[in-house]
Amino acid sequence: MMAEKTSSKQQKESKRTQNNRVRNETWHRFKKNKLAVTGLIVLCIFIFAAIFADIIVPYGYDDQDPDRAMLFPNRKFIFGTDHLGRDVFSRLVYGSRYSLMIGFFAVGISVILGTIFGVIAAYYPKLDNIIMRIMDLFMSIPQMLLAICIITSLGPGLFNLMLAVGLSSTPQFARVVRASVLSTKEEEFVEAARAIGGNDLQIIIHHILPNSLAPLIVQATLAMARSIISVSALSFLGFGIEPPKPEWGAMLSAGRSYIRTQWYLTVIPGLAIMAVVYSLNVMGDGLRDCLDPRLKK
Amino acid sequence: MDEKLLEVKDINIHYVTEDETVYAVNGIGFTLDEGETIGLVGETGAGKTTTALSIMGLIPDPPGKIISGSIMFKGQDIFKMSEKQLRSIRGDQISMVFQDPMTALNPVLTVGKQIEEVILLHNDIPKAEAKKRTIEMLEMVGIPGKRCDDYPHQFSGGMKQRVVIAIALACNPKLLIADEPTTALDVTIQAQVLELMKKLRKEYGTAMIMITHDLGVVAKICDRVAIVYAGEIVEIGSNKDIFVDRKHPYTMGLFNSLPDIENDSKELHMIKGLMPDPVDLPNGCKFNPRCPYKTEICENEKTPFYEVAPGHQVRCNKFALREVQNA
Repeated sequence: MMAEKTSSKQQKESKRTQNNRVRNETWHRFKKNKLAVTGLIVLCIFIFAAIFADIIVPYGYDDQDPDRAMLFPNRKFIFGTDHLGRDVFSRLVYGSRYSLMIGFFAVGISVILGTIFGVIAAYYPKLDNIIMRIMDLFMSIPQMLLAICIITSLGPGLFNLMLAVGLSSTPQFARVVRASVLSTKEEEFVEAARAIGGNDLQIIIHHILPNSLAPLIVQATLAMARSIISVSALSFLGFGIEPPKPEWGAMLSAGRSYIRTQWYLTVIPGLAIMAVVYSLNVMGDGLRDCLDPRLKK
Repeated sequence: MDEKLLEVKDINIHYVTEDETVYAVNGIGFTLDEGETIGLVGETGAGKTTTALSIMGLIPDPPGKIISGSIMFKGQDIFKMSEKQLRSIRGDQISMVFQDPMTALNPVLTVGKQIEEVILLHNDIPKAEAKKRTIEMLEMVGIPGKRCDDYPHQFSGGMKQRVVIAIALACNPKLLIADEPTTALDVTIQAQVLELMKKLRKEYGTAMIMITHDLGVVAKICDRVAIVYAGEIVEIGSNKDIFVDRKHPYTMGLFNSLPDIENDSKELHMIKGLMPDPVDLPNGCKFNPRCPYKTEICENEKTPFYEVAPGHQVRCNKFALREVQNA
């Protein structure tokens, strides 16, 4: 009895070390990619800022004061103030909440839906034409127009905005996934999985998807950048986040009228968007490389 | 009880596309007892793999069409089973070793996970137990159990094939189909893998269908041999029948084309002509355009089997006369 207990304990222990080993290996490989690590750090800073915005910011995002309008960056307002005298730094920090959330959720929606449609289309040839022609139909409408259509029919709001951006980029994901699955499903190990009696769902989840994900990860990091920018475009057109809520895209477009005199009003939110997008891209690349066991040394 | 484990009866499988029909299998039939090993020998495109896939119920449809015939496994017809029944048999009762171990394993799953998968699919046991059996299976095929957390690319070709064999045998199947299991391996590894299969067959009493075009493999491992040509069995008999007392002109041709170790000959013999195009098969005996003994009957009528000795059947008109005399 005692012996059994200890042996099961040992087994558990060894399992834990094994899991740790796999995780360590992945982390080790990720660490080697300096660019990806930088991306991760930058992203962490933004996420941190979004979570602790209330503590970090010196002013509220909607504290207006005409007396201090249009101040250039100085010691008191490190990123300056806008035309209503609001502190740009505070708005930027609060804005990271909206922009990051929209980026993640919109892409999340399109990744999930796109993967489902793409896999079904590729795996069941009978449904392929139906699904992909519907996707083509949606692709033929310019993405921005489609998002505007969706948002006008659903009504404004943060969730609807994310849904609109997510849905409008779903067809692209469906295409990428379908193409990738089409080639993976012809691999012999898929036939082998069928030969051991696996059902369709198991084959798709265990064998096909993990082998088709690489292009999806790249596409997703790119799309996250795109969706932040399309939300800013939507905000510019008045379909996005309603003022006075700060959102990077909205800040960018509001600052455009003052670009000749108060250039920092556009440059600073623009740089923030760029930083997030770029760090996501390099991190996505690094992630793909270190998660793929075929590239392991 | 004299029920055979597997009875393949006169199966016809065609691949039908818009422009043409490929006559892949044209009336192959054989039986297999429990624990017996049969070799299916033939050239590329003779229909061996299609036969194997049909036993698993894995003929891709479209374009594959099963025209007629039946495959009785333990008294049940595989062609009439539902997908669900088939799934419960695949991997559990009948399993398959694929030709190329490099591509038959999923590159992103550890080998342990892949063996575990088949065990969990067919047995209702906790994960820890499955893991234990996985390690046992690995050790049985001669791979240290601690390597179960490694990925396929960390193994050599021969080891990968052993992993594939471990997956195939994990649920202790009644029938193992080996589709050219040694073709992708080099000769020394071939010998190892064959030894292993022989050993495991003995331990588990698994019946085996060995698909190959390597007569050396057949000699080493098979009890009976069926020579397949253009989707038909042209000669079937015990290992000895085929190796010592072969009758069919095609079989003779096959053996003649082997290099002889004793006589130093400059040129290898070969069978004149090419395999017929499976889209456009000749009338009568499929071998007649290449056969040195062909007669008018061969060109026009389908040749039946003639039994030249108990259990040794030949599909050649040369032996028709003899049968009449015997009768």
